[in-house]
Amino acid sequence: MAKVAYQKLEDHGSAYWGLLALNAIVLLAGLGAAWVMEHRGHIVTGMTNRIVWGTPHVFAVFLIVAASGALNIASISSVFGRSEYKPYARLSGLLAIALLIGGLAVLVLDLGRPDRLIVAMTTYNFKSIFAWNIFLYVGFLAIVAAYLFVMMDRRASRMSHIGSAVGGLAFAWRLILTTGTGSIFGWLVAREAYGAAIMAPLFIAASLLYGLAFTVLALAGLEQEKRRDLLSDEMTGKFRGLLAIFILAVLHLTAVHHLTNLYASERHGVERFLLLAGGSYTVAFWVGQILVGSMVPLAILALPRLGRSRTALIVASALCLAGGLAQMYVIIIGGQAFPLNLFPGMEVMSSFQDGQVAAYRASLPEVLLGLSGLSLAVLVAGIAVKLLPFLPRPTQ
Amino acid sequence: MSCGSTGGAGCRSGGCGGSGGRTEGDLSRRAFLRDSAAMTVTTLAAGVTLHVFGAEPATARAPDEKVTAKVRWGLLIDVSRCADGCDQCVVACQQENGWRDTGHPETDAQWIRKLTVKNPRNGASFSLPMMCQHCAEPPCVDVCPTGASFKRADGIVLVDKHICIGCRYCMMACPYNARSFIHEPLEDQRPHAPRGKGTVESCTLCVHRVDEGRVPACVEACNDSAGGAMLFGDLNDPASEISRRVASYRTTRIRSDLGTDPGVHYRNI
Repeated sequence: MAKVAYQKLEDHGSAYWGLLALNAIVLLAGLGAAWVMEHRGHIVTGMTNRIVWGTPHVFAVFLIVAASGALNIASISSVFGRSEYKPYARLSGLLAIALLIGGLAVLVLDLGRPDRLIVAMTTYNFKSIFAWNIFLYVGFLAIVAAYLFVMMDRRASRMSHIGSAVGGLAFAWRLILTTGTGSIFGWLVAREAYGAAIMAPLFIAASLLYGLAFTVLALAGLEQEKRRDLLSDEMTGKFRGLLAIFILAVLHLTAVHHLTNLYASERHGVERFLLLAGGSYTVAFWVGQILVGSMVPLAILALPRLGRSRTALIVASALCLAGGLAQMYVIIIGGQAFPLNLFPGMEVMSSFQDGQVAAYRASLPEVLLGLSGLSLAVLVAGIAVKLLPFLPRPTQ
Repeated sequence: MSCGSTGGAGCRSGGCGGSGGRTEGDLSRRAFLRDSAAMTVTTLAAGVTLHVFGAEPATARAPDEKVTAKVRWGLLIDVSRCADGCDQCVVACQQENGWRDTGHPETDAQWIRKLTVKNPRNGASFSLPMMCQHCAEPPCVDVCPTGASFKRADGIVLVDKHICIGCRYCMMACPYNARSFIHEPLEDQRPHAPRGKGTVESCTLCVHRVDEGRVPACVEACNDSAGGAMLFGDLNDPASEISRRVASYRTTRIRSDLGTDPGVHYRNI
């Protein structure tokens, strides 16, 4: 394949500045929300002692999972040798870093003691998957940064074996990272909605889906700015196929997870809650994840003519991300809302809402904090593409 | 008789869970004589058992004395003596450790709470106190990223407030909902029970009292002014009252299927 030339985002319109300004405002609002949470405590959120992880975690985990998936394109290019993806490899690495920074920022600012971040970075309990995740996140940032350097540095980029090695390491690392993220939930043995090894592959499949969807939207947005052919018909077709496969992968693992639970009588309660009687969680699952986030995108992509268009791919990607947020909402908050089973077969009551579904209503500060993670990711990526040559130069 | 390491006051009231004052008749005269002999032994063995019936602690841990794994503190709770509606243990814990009910149970700290458990088939119900179960294999300790959640050598599970970052992963992992996150600024803290907004806390088994050779406040209150359902002691000491009762009676540990080896045993569930 011919050598790919890259360029900065230069000839953009005013919409670019508008997008940055909008996200800067949301970021400031999120920082303000974090400041309020820090000073007044988490009482200003909808989180409780039963729903200990709320909306900020939905956004944070969503962004972190998407980050590892955003590296897909670079991996397909360097690890699997598909040269047609190479023009997008730099942007892929950049999105991975931007999304991870956005997710981690939300996670850190939601801590009860964010001022003790240095403690989290220096004091470890290595039996904790959470502690391992700190290493995995920081390592991912470092490895992808090195990967970008290898791709972008004039001399290093000539040594293809180094690119392959770093790309391979980044690919392996991203799989381990998402395994770690899924295992944060998969290793919670006491909660019936979690406690399953399938959470790791489920999160990996979800990362592939979210990451690709973010990449498509980023390319579409940049294309709007550049008014050039970033999303060629050929790549639209490839992304379309990948997106459909990733949607099916998430659907498959989700179905296996629920069917396995349904086979075990002891988990009928939690399944009934999530799938039938869980109110907003049931709606988020069936309407959000399954219908809007999976079936409708699949149907759009399967349309005879329209399905092959860029518009169809962009709409499907946006729906997949909406479905992804719904999926995280059901997993993270729905999983906590269902009561712990302290006395199987018995009815339990207490001042702690034991035996009852925990109530949760997201407050404005936590929604702003969550959204600000997304805005931070947009800002990081948006500014980076203007400062450094991440975008492929169109072949004239 | 020996009172194991239950509080003197509780024992004075005859409600420490010993044979005196019991109506069940499940301890024979032979058992009483055996208890009496055990009392003699344990009061002579300094550091093994802390309390004599109605007396002040025999030994307390010196500040520079290392906590030892030879001891494993635990509780035995007789559910048949725990009255529905009685919350003396909860009130005592609040007063001792400085947490309180602000009318928002969903965000208030609850180091100990009363559960009412009902069999839906026949309506039979019982009541019991639920708190940190001080597991030998505590999931909260396993998952804590910084090691702020830790288990003392003597089995008491605690939170180091200096390195707790408030991530709440321990609360996700606890099978008993025994932990609370501090959602608001605090006032009127007890010097022996430091707490902090943005950190997680739970029952400390009144570690400050235990180190002084006293029993947890809940145990003392239950024995003083309630049904005398709670017995505190050293589960590692085969001669202690709690060990002998755990060995003699059929007791239950909640969610023992999880393999966490809780230090809190329940009887008559």
